[in-house]
Amino acid sequence: MATLNYLNNGHGLASWLLTKDHKRIALLYLASITAFFFIGGLFAFMIRLELLTPAGDVMTPENYNKMFTMHGVVMVFFFLIPSIPAVLGNFLLPIMLGCKDLAFPRINLLSWYIYVLGGIFTLVAALSGGVDTGWTFYTPYSTAAANSHVITAALGVFITGFSSILTGLNFIITTHRMRAPGMTWFRLPLFVWAHYATSLIMILGTPVIAITVLLVAAERVLHFGIFDPALGGDPILFQHLFWFYSHPAVYIMILPAMGVVSELVQAFSRKNIFGYSFIAFSSLAIAIIGFLVWGHHIFVAGQSVYAGMIFSVITFLVAVPSAIKVFNWVATIYRGSVSLDSPMLYAFGFIGLFTIGGLTGLFLAAMGLDIHVHDTYFVVAHFHYIMVGGAIMGYLGGLHYWWPKMTGRLYPEAWAKFAALLVFVGFNLTFFPQFLVGYLGMPRRYHMYPPEFQVFNVLSTAGATVLAVGYLLPMVYFAYSLARGERAPADPWGAKGLEWEIPSPPPTENFPVTPIVTHGTHQYAPSKEVGVV
Amino acid sequence: MSEGYAQPPTAGLPGNVAIHGPGDPHDGHSHPHHPKLQHHFDDMAQQAEASTLGMWVFLVTEIMFFGGLFMAYLMYRWANPDGFQEASAHLSIWLGGFNTAVLIFSSLTMAMAVRAAQTSAPPKTQVGWLLGTIALGLVFLVVKYFEYAEKFSHNLVPGPNFVWEGQYANAAEIFYSIYFCMTGLHALHMIIGIGIMAVITWMAWRRQFDATYYTPVEVSGLYWHFVDIVWIFLFPLLYLIGRHYGAH
Amino acid sequence: MSSVAHHVAPVRLYLAIFGALLVGTVITVVVAFFDLGALNNVVMLAIACAKALLVVLFFMHVRWSSRLTWVVAASGFFWLLILFVLTMSDYMSRGWVAGTLR
Repeated sequence: MATLNYLNNGHGLASWLLTKDHKRIALLYLASITAFFFIGGLFAFMIRLELLTPAGDVMTPENYNKMFTMHGVVMVFFFLIPSIPAVLGNFLLPIMLGCKDLAFPRINLLSWYIYVLGGIFTLVAALSGGVDTGWTFYTPYSTAAANSHVITAALGVFITGFSSILTGLNFIITTHRMRAPGMTWFRLPLFVWAHYATSLIMILGTPVIAITVLLVAAERVLHFGIFDPALGGDPILFQHLFWFYSHPAVYIMILPAMGVVSELVQAFSRKNIFGYSFIAFSSLAIAIIGFLVWGHHIFVAGQSVYAGMIFSVITFLVAVPSAIKVFNWVATIYRGSVSLDSPMLYAFGFIGLFTIGGLTGLFLAAMGLDIHVHDTYFVVAHFHYIMVGGAIMGYLGGLHYWWPKMTGRLYPEAWAKFAALLVFVGFNLTFFPQFLVGYLGMPRRYHMYPPEFQVFNVLSTAGATVLAVGYLLPMVYFAYSLARGERAPADPWGAKGLEWEIPSPPPTENFPVTPIVTHGTHQYAPSKEVGVV
Repeated sequence: MSEGYAQPPTAGLPGNVAIHGPGDPHDGHSHPHHPKLQHHFDDMAQQAEASTLGMWVFLVTEIMFFGGLFMAYLMYRWANPDGFQEASAHLSIWLGGFNTAVLIFSSLTMAMAVRAAQTSAPPKTQVGWLLGTIALGLVFLVVKYFEYAEKFSHNLVPGPNFVWEGQYANAAEIFYSIYFCMTGLHALHMIIGIGIMAVITWMAWRRQFDATYYTPVEVSGLYWHFVDIVWIFLFPLLYLIGRHYGAH
Repeated sequence: MSSVAHHVAPVRLYLAIFGALLVGTVITVVVAFFDLGALNNVVMLAIACAKALLVVLFFMHVRWSSRLTWVVAASGFFWLLILFVLTMSDYMSRGWVAGTLR
């Protein structure tokens, strides 16, 4: 019954593993990223299990170190960084630009294989005994002392970095040179602006961590002494080089989610975004200013006070464009015709939780306060509010919103609403107590803690269990939708945008004829039209 | 941006989308095109521009990749000026200088190879310039091999076998760590570049390049020139630190 | 099918650039043998940057490429400066605050 579309255009494993179609590559990524998400989640489960009780009674301290390290490495490099760009970005960017594919389809496929190869290296590191250095691989522990599989894991990160670079490269060239006629920069969806800014970070930052982990491997294998204090080397140099990438990396993780939210608030408020150009320029500002703040990770490690002051001030500045976005989203929703479909629930969750996470970032940006909360659970809560309360909610919201487009099926909305609720409740129960217990002094990366902190940890583990159920449910109902879901029309949400003007699922070449764009593609009715008699 | 909402779809098409007329180049294979044109591009010009721009974006990542090593060099040289000077004196300025000239020459031959393809020169001419580039690259690597061999035999490789007779042993070991990382990474890029050139040479021999299509030559040329530029900075920074205190 | 519009540089120009690059190399080596104090590093870096610029503009055709290409190329070097300047700002300002270790 189904017409020819990208899903049934070509059958068999080879047509998928050798595809050049950006939409199929997006699904390849979806599968592998989901797998890594649950692997990372497994490590998180082990952490929360150990932290149920104050004593270190579930596993040895060394194994606990491996748990939080592997949780961090897998979640950061194999889930958060690729997730939205590689799945939603790959699928939607060409369609939103009005072209047939990304500029370099074969490089797109290559990027997936590189991602998988890096993932294999990391899994091998995990299975052969794990890494215990923390996902930050700080020297001299990682170069001189650690007995674990640092090189394998470092190589896994190195390899996967190239996947990121190739994705960013493809997005930049496509956005610059392959827009449909009439698609000027200021007619682009904000989702595209967000991914463009993200791609800039991928290109400019990722190579630095690549060379840094390579140097760690060189020091371990060849005993080159670049970070070795015994030779006059400086471990802080490692931290500068590491964080030069890893701080902008967090903007790689959040910018695409912000792009998703910009789309969602428009669609589900039936209203044009408030302050389009402010949001577009804010995306660029976040990307650029985000490269100037990395020293706020090194405040207490030995960096000079004056450099710390510079980094602290700029860190306060980088909050401004993010805040501008939050204000503009709220202004969009205000007096809109709001429908609380499941993607919008995730968008609301994002706005609230990202705001909390972002504000607590300002606490950390203040050097004096950072001295008190550095390396405590306050920091852990801060970045989980942004990464999980922000980025993952954005990812799930986008996945729900564009699921009908990608698969041609509608998922059961009631279940989706329920799952969103579980995620929201579970998330806050997991991570809000961590702000409190961190402020009270519980250090991070410790497998045991004083008994007076137990109640917070029990709440956190309980929340994590609820959160896990909330994350598992979409697996179930999305799978169900593939088998028995109602067939989706081209525009199930009544949304605006080029992607909603082609069938669900789209044909392989996206557009039968190249669209010519004559005005902005997101034109919603002004709210005063609603209810006009 | 808010020009009011789009008109409801007419005839199944949204209001902000116009259709091309019949015979339009976008509606399938209604016109012949260059055999090398990939179908997601509109025309050869767009394809060529996208490819060269793509290579430039990749080179930016290479700048940042080497840049991490330059950062390490910068900090350690600032922190150990005398030690670096002492260590650098053991490098052969003549071999380094010779290699610099070799690479500069290879950039010339590379530019000539691109130009040959650009002007639809006969395959023999194109192949000639490309082979010249490869040959010079190999000369560079051979010289590098001799330099490295000499370091090995003089115990100048950092690690357990490192022996230093001067005053600043620690700084010297760091210097040589950075030396081997930087020149080693550079040599690796040279090897990859020679491999790429071999493929391009074969393609040129098979008459694949002329004025209508020479993008692979141009794009490989960009890579080759970049590797040359890295060496342009490496040579003075590693070989010429404070030579005025007496050459070796 | 028109050729991919690209400026064809005259051979003379390439030879001139080649000559300039060799001359620059010789000057760099010669200057290194004289003690000019801090100027040694300045001269050396200036010549290296000039050589790199010649390669970028002429051998890599940026002189005749789109503005976007120029911006992309420049941004790479600029970003490196960010890494250098902010990192060195840490090292160079250590010990500026009296009575602290940093």
